[in-house]
Amino acid sequence: MRTITADDLTALATGATLLGTGGGGDPYIGLLMAQAAVAKHGPIPLMDLDDLPAEGLVMPAAMIGAPTVIVEKIPNGTEMRQAVRALERLLSEETVAVMSIEAGGLNSIIPLTLAAELGLPLVDADGIGRAFPEVQMTSFTIHGVPATPMSLVDDKGNTVTIETVDNLWTERFARTATVQMGGSALIAIYPMTTEVARKASIPGTIGLAMELGRIVEAPDLGGEERLRRLLARMRGARLFEGKVQDVLRRTTGGFARGTATLTGYGAHQGQLMRIEFQNENLMALRDGVPMAMVPDLISVLDQETLRPITTEALAYGQRVIVVASPCQPIWRTPRGLEIAGPRYFGYDFDYVPFPGGDAA
Amino acid sequence: MTYRLGIDVGGTNTDAVILSPDGRVVAKVKRPVTEDVVTSIRTAVMDVVAASGLDASVIRHAMLGTTQVTNAIIERRRLNRVGLVRIGAPATLAIPPLTSWPVDLRRAVEHASVVVRGGFEFDGRPIAPLDLVAVADFVDRVRGEISALAVSSVFSPVNAEHELAVRDLVARHWPDLPVSLSHEIGSIGLLERENATMLNAAVHDVALRAAGAFRDAVAQAGLQAELFLTQNDGTLMTLDYAMHYPILTVACGPTNSMRGATYLSGVTEAVVVDVGGTSTDIGVIRNGFPRESAMAVEVGGVRTNFRMPDLISLGLGGGSLVTGEGEAVHVGPQSLGYRLVSEGRSFGGPVLTFTDVANAVGAARIGHRDPDVALDLARAAYRRAVAMVEEGVDRIKTSAHEVPLVAVGGGSALLPDRLAGVSEVVRPDHYDVANAIGAAIAQVSGRTDRVYALEGRRREDVLAEAQSLAEADAVRAGADPRRLEVVQVEEIPLAYMPGNATRVRVVVVGPLASGVVAAGG
Repeated sequence: MRTITADDLTALATGATLLGTGGGGDPYIGLLMAQAAVAKHGPIPLMDLDDLPAEGLVMPAAMIGAPTVIVEKIPNGTEMRQAVRALERLLSEETVAVMSIEAGGLNSIIPLTLAAELGLPLVDADGIGRAFPEVQMTSFTIHGVPATPMSLVDDKGNTVTIETVDNLWTERFARTATVQMGGSALIAIYPMTTEVARKASIPGTIGLAMELGRIVEAPDLGGEERLRRLLARMRGARLFEGKVQDVLRRTTGGFARGTATLTGYGAHQGQLMRIEFQNENLMALRDGVPMAMVPDLISVLDQETLRPITTEALAYGQRVIVVASPCQPIWRTPRGLEIAGPRYFGYDFDYVPFPGGDAA
Repeated sequence: MTYRLGIDVGGTNTDAVILSPDGRVVAKVKRPVTEDVVTSIRTAVMDVVAASGLDASVIRHAMLGTTQVTNAIIERRRLNRVGLVRIGAPATLAIPPLTSWPVDLRRAVEHASVVVRGGFEFDGRPIAPLDLVAVADFVDRVRGEISALAVSSVFSPVNAEHELAVRDLVARHWPDLPVSLSHEIGSIGLLERENATMLNAAVHDVALRAAGAFRDAVAQAGLQAELFLTQNDGTLMTLDYAMHYPILTVACGPTNSMRGATYLSGVTEAVVVDVGGTSTDIGVIRNGFPRESAMAVEVGGVRTNFRMPDLISLGLGGGSLVTGEGEAVHVGPQSLGYRLVSEGRSFGGPVLTFTDVANAVGAARIGHRDPDVALDLARAAYRRAVAMVEEGVDRIKTSAHEVPLVAVGGGSALLPDRLAGVSEVVRPDHYDVANAIGAAIAQVSGRTDRVYALEGRRREDVLAEAQSLAEADAVRAGADPRRLEVVQVEEIPLAYMPGNATRVRVVVVGPLASGVVAAGG
């Protein structure tokens, strides 16, 4: 079995930021927690879905709450274990592996601490293949896996366990409890048998994030070669190369919504690209024509370093490369598009799948 | 009438200027920085006083901008051994203090750390009562081995009560131990604020020595002036005040250049480009003051979030080496530095630099133009260097509109009069000592930053109260109460908090109450 060592952690954080498509929360706090956990407990086994044992629970774990709170009130470190124990007691079953709910952003790396502490493997899979803002937006929901019983634990040791009629209700109650807990909490959610996990989750996404991060950070390769490898690995394409000309932001309903306008140079001289974002990048339009849209992945990379730029950090004058790549196939199903297609986010467009590869 | 002395200790030169009471430059000198900072400052001060022809006694204020604190952090030299108290348990235990620090800096600074119960939620509710007994036990145990204490607390920018309680405890029992409180240093983001507070504690003795050196140098030069250090927001601290917040002198050099540029040119909204011998700093002045960086800034390899000027630094200066040719030509980052005047082609030496290609293309006249410099190469290299500056200017602007550019620093004579994205290039007199002038004209600031419950009060009343607190702070620091000006008002509503609470930050600045001093003397 593969392992995640201390050396893999920064690559995972970088790759997760790329898969976060502009959102998903800065993995920095998660990276520091994982570094501390690996230093203490040693490397973490990374297990394929196919290698899961026949019996036992797979337990996704994550952080929920406001980014401002997360960077100020850092966790105690025992919350996730407590949340897992609460669900194990309720379900009278034991956890055999830990999983990330989303491969993009902070929550890709948060469960590593739990896996290290419990001495359990991390499954090389997740429930999204990118980052999404709400707890019901997962492949698990599409496969009919209930998000509850779910437990939230805060830094003080309070546990709230909730059971709801569907995953949208889970989202509502979880947010409310999080506010009372001081604006952030750690959660165990979507507990599932290994058999369900094999069917309902998206394989290989943690390994993918690490590979992407390693390509971005490869010290000896030139920019063009790293970009070529990145795109090959993501089956993606370069949409645009240009300069950020303008960023308009408006915060509504807990979302950082906005529009970035880019002016092209090189092959895109004279063209304009508009990127619509709500925490994540959701639409990319070139001269008014949609080039890629959610749930496909749209990432903005620094032209020199290829490091992904989050929507919070987008600013006038940045030289960037915009890349797009196809989402996981499950998001292209009618149910997937109902949960996380352009219309769910308020864009009046019929979804057009991004072709990927060398098509653009 | 009182004259002012401004001094800037940089990487290569110590610059000194004397300004007259009506703000004219009376004299200016540049002297090389030597290993012994006291000698370097004293030489510059004595020379500039001599050049001015003034009696030293008419100089009543002396302002110093210095890189000594920054250098101590970068070189990990002469740092205090620091004990850290973090208040926040049971939260925050997942990431111990100083986790991401470079090993060598951590070894040089940290003696011991403790995380105790206490701190606040985002809405001001306590996480836990403060465990003062644990704090007292810790300080009592390590006090023989530490020379400074740093204190951080969760959400102390919202509620500083627990940090203040620790300071009071230490003041009662160990009055000689300097204490740095995180809410006075940084903003939201516990780890970055805690790091900045540790660095502030670590440079306490360095700042003490720098202040002593300044005092000695000025006294040896025969001056009896009030002394100030400049901070990185372009305002002054008395030496006593600076001992509490020495970290705030980091990056005061570029800030002084920007403030000097705005003073000399009269332009208050502009991009400032400061070209030295080895590097170029590009910043933005808004309303006459440097724009602050919104991002986490690394100091000595440590992530911090105290206020810093927003800067882009390029490895381009008058002494930068020209290498390669054609499309592959490079200018910098290697530089001759001060050896330009002995080894550069325009000074009879063998090395091709930015200065030499600027001479060759007719953009500058410095030294003697070497006719053997190939014109094609010179054109390509000069274009490359100008493009670097243009790209930096474009990156630091916030919109596509053309803006005025104020060019300062000894190397700024190499820049052309037209640059992309720039409405005009302003070249003020005395551009070569803009940094020392920025120090000399620095004003005094006062600030307040606290959370108000707006329920049952009018917003105007709350803002007026905050402003009067900031003004009182400025007057305590020596500002003229009649000439204070509000330069920043920020209201940040705290979500979900009962009573409609808002964090209000107000900054005011004003000139030193020099008229009062003059009347008295």
